[in-house]
Amino acid sequence: MATTHIAARESEAPVEPQRVVNDLSIQVATVNGSGSQTANTVLLRAIFQMGIPVSGKNLFPSNIAGLPTWFTIRASKQGYIARRKEIDFLVAMNPETADEDVRDLRPGSAVVYDERLNLNRLRHDLTFYPVPFDKLVAPVCPDAKLRKLVRNMIYDGVLAKLLGIEMEEVHKALQKQFRKKAKAAELNWNAAQAGYEFAEKNLPKADPFHLTRMDATRGKIIIDGNAAAALGALFAGVTVVTWYPITPSSSLCETLIDLMKRYRIDPETKKATFAIVQAEDELAAIGMVLGAGWAGARAMTSTSGPGISLMSEFVGLGYYAEIPAVIFDIQRVGPSTGLPTRTAQGDVLSTAFLSHGDTKHPMLFPCSVEECYSMAIEAFDLAEGLQTPVFVMSDLDLGMNNWMADPFPYPGKPMARGKVLSKEDLERLGHFERYRDADGDGVGYRTLPGTDHPAAGYFTRGSGHDERAHYTERPTDYVSNMDRLAHKFETARHRVPSPVIREAAGHEVGIIAYGTSHWAIVESLDQLQQEHDIDASYCRVRAFPFSDEVKDFIRRHRRVYVVDQNRDAQMCQLLRLDVEPEEVKKLRSVLHYNGLPLDARSVTDAIVTQEEVK
Amino acid sequence: MSTTATPPAPPKKVNRIGLEIATYKGSKSTLCAGCGHNAISERIIEAFYEMGVEPHRVAKLSGIGCSSKSPAYFLGTSHGFNAVHGRMPSIATGTMLANRTLFAIGVSGDGDTASIGIGQFVHLMRRNLPVIYIIEDNGVYGLTKGQFSATADIGSKLKTGVINDLPPIDTCALAIQLGATYVARSFSGDKRQLLALLEGAVAHRGTSMLDVISPCVTFNDHEGSTKSYSYVKDHDEPLADISFVPFFQDIAVDYEPGTATEITLHDGSRMILKKLGEDYDPTKKVEALRVLTEAHDKGEVVTGLFFVDTKRESFLDQLNVVDEPLATLPESRVRPPKQVLDEVMAELQ
Ligand SMILES: Cc1ncc(C[n+]2csc(CCOP(=O)(O)OP(=O)(O)O)c2C)c(N)n1
Ligand code: SF4
Ligand SMILES: [Mg+2]
Repeated sequence: MATTHIAARESEAPVEPQRVVNDLSIQVATVNGSGSQTANTVLLRAIFQMGIPVSGKNLFPSNIAGLPTWFTIRASKQGYIARRKEIDFLVAMNPETADEDVRDLRPGSAVVYDERLNLNRLRHDLTFYPVPFDKLVAPVCPDAKLRKLVRNMIYDGVLAKLLGIEMEEVHKALQKQFRKKAKAAELNWNAAQAGYEFAEKNLPKADPFHLTRMDATRGKIIIDGNAAAALGALFAGVTVVTWYPITPSSSLCETLIDLMKRYRIDPETKKATFAIVQAEDELAAIGMVLGAGWAGARAMTSTSGPGISLMSEFVGLGYYAEIPAVIFDIQRVGPSTGLPTRTAQGDVLSTAFLSHGDTKHPMLFPCSVEECYSMAIEAFDLAEGLQTPVFVMSDLDLGMNNWMADPFPYPGKPMARGKVLSKEDLERLGHFERYRDADGDGVGYRTLPGTDHPAAGYFTRGSGHDERAHYTERPTDYVSNMDRLAHKFETARHRVPSPVIREAAGHEVGIIAYGTSHWAIVESLDQLQQEHDIDASYCRVRAFPFSDEVKDFIRRHRRVYVVDQNRDAQMCQLLRLDVEPEEVKKLRSVLHYNGLPLDARSVTDAIVTQEEVK
Repeated sequence: MSTTATPPAPPKKVNRIGLEIATYKGSKSTLCAGCGHNAISERIIEAFYEMGVEPHRVAKLSGIGCSSKSPAYFLGTSHGFNAVHGRMPSIATGTMLANRTLFAIGVSGDGDTASIGIGQFVHLMRRNLPVIYIIEDNGVYGLTKGQFSATADIGSKLKTGVINDLPPIDTCALAIQLGATYVARSFSGDKRQLLALLEGAVAHRGTSMLDVISPCVTFNDHEGSTKSYSYVKDHDEPLADISFVPFFQDIAVDYEPGTATEITLHDGSRMILKKLGEDYDPTKKVEALRVLTEAHDKGEVVTGLFFVDTKRESFLDQLNVVDEPLATLPESRVRPPKQVLDEVMAELQ
């Protein structure tokens, strides 16, 4: 493909290659703290409002200002919303990374760039669109101090012109973004228009990419996973929330604070029907949750890997003393501080068995913002029903990026508060044994402090205890209690969300994935079929312990690829522990752990390569 | 003719809510005979009995250590929670957030508080959560067999002959500086003072921090220890002679004008601090810190009520939490109606 440095060549009308419609990814490369977020969100929304399925992913550094950051937007008429490796349209605003960003592009891609960067010298197989950002921003933003903030809006206007994004939608998206700040909205709008007009006059279209109106997003919402989980917690009736700030989890509790202040102030007394505490660390955060759960409140905390590590001792107490708790783990790349602003599924194994001694914990794996919402609600019912800590294993990609979704449904069933005996129950029964398996499901009955009955009180301890919660070191007492806990975990197996299975005819190849990998898998399934004639079944695991359906799925298939976003095949290892020995050799791994959201091509390539060995 | 006259049983002594003292007892202590912690449990039983606290409203909380075992030995019908080492404050906080109508009493040790748990201790004091926080302070780790704790005085000697060469953490000075609103030091062997201070703590609303020197007879009661019975008896310098008058007793306490300070606590009970030496005003932080610093320099063990602030808002009031327990609010008050979800969804479209 020829280089087209448009501005310099006016005589020859460039020949437009074959049109690519509603199928592209845009990457905006800026500097952290340069205010590009508004411009990127507006771009994403405008495409969404044109009815085109779209997703946005923010790749940002662990820093407040000054390091490179990339935002990718993918528009896909097929509705694929996983990250795509290939970039079609680059917006190069960051001098630090511009050269490398341009070198990485495939031939035929287009580059909108800050004129001063002279990027067109680097390659001859791309379409270059130079834009004099500084020159354009000065007249629309007389206040020099604000220029940095509105400058980025110019590329929205340029892209609108080049790609066919409707300016009316850009305007609407801006209004939404700046709801009450009319002045800011106007400044930004002027900048977008300046970009549009510049492109109209100076940048003849020379790339094949187009966006045109569709009708695939009507009625849908855009939300990030953390906000969705916060909404879930609000409708789950959470009353005690404790947290310690950490990326990528903080926005969950921050959004929840806003929601609670709006919707959970008692209309009569003007008092809060909740308590939210920023704790001194994650040890205190989980301690407060356990104290509150013990006293009967729906209590939660949210954190990421480092916080989960700190919570370890207390979670073991929660398991052994049988106290409900909901813990959101918005996973990021470890070990240690790792890549704190990149995504991973690296806490699966350590969380499953968090703490010393024999411990294991239910985990839920949301793949979508809908599931962040619904599983948040479900987690509280499970935690109180099972009287144990329950983990919701989200990740940075899900938690912090914007996703399209259908509007969330209102909870369909009342809150299930589990086995709690009231004063009246005790009057009827006369006594109770805290840790007796009265119903055969491994779950005992509990009372809450404050229950006005002489038999209500019991002593909760992390040391050995018998059915009546009395201290014991007797071997038989210890064993029977531990066996009951194991039995309770079997009860959990039947209560947690079952997998979602998509069955192929041949039963030759199966794929098991969980969480955000889902979006790459649905695309990869199509690639496998269309490009390699591999018809694979797909089982999306939604919880640990695994339902029987997961084991049946493995049994039915000859080769099963378990997709993990970690180095050590953590989900695959958990499955190995659970399936029959002869099934173990069927399990193969697809691993992705570079900190970027999983893309379909990586999955397809990995499976195709391994399929060569049957 | 035989008369089998059973003499009428003497009427059982009960407190103001009609309960006998036996109701306030717990299971038999498994601590060493003579351990200071046992004496503290006895005073707690008396204080709660005298004040007529309803046992079902009490939540007993602790960390790990010999001291932290003691909640099992008082108020046997109350709910108790023996947590992990050094983390009782967070459990207490969560419990009170969930149910502000409870009455929380936390028992910790000097190891549990001043080493592994210092972070949570510090933040609990800052928040002024309504809780009675007792440190059963013996200067050693009893349960792990006698290592020094961070409250051990400089120069104090272990049984093994090891000398402590680091300065002690004064938990009272810390608590005062950080915002606790009822701060005292006492001695497990001083029944009268300890009982009065505990009753005062029951009457106070906010964080009451009591550092109670409580000798470990097994590992730290020897010559050379500054936390032994004899050392504390010899060096105890009470700040004042404390009397407590509960709100439900209308007793006039006589004292010469200028010889005592009277403090009215939240429930209307009064503390009367009769001057023993110099003038002391327990509402002044600076004064408290001066007294504590000077005592360290002189090698004295000052005991008494160092600081009271009856004005500061408690953490729960600050959070503006509803009066009823959050734990048991009905679904109608904690799950917003469908219109709310519709409203949020519309904004996200
Ligand atoms: C995380 C952890 N580390 C260490 C221990 C061991 N341990 C148990 S009690 C204790 C010290 C207790 O000392 P203190 O709080 O002063 O109580 P005392 O026994 O003196 O009353 C230690 C270190 C533990 N239980 N947990
Ligand atoms: S070892 Fe010391 S602290 Fe522990 S019970 Fe015995 S005397 Fe008390
Ligand atoms: Mg000790």
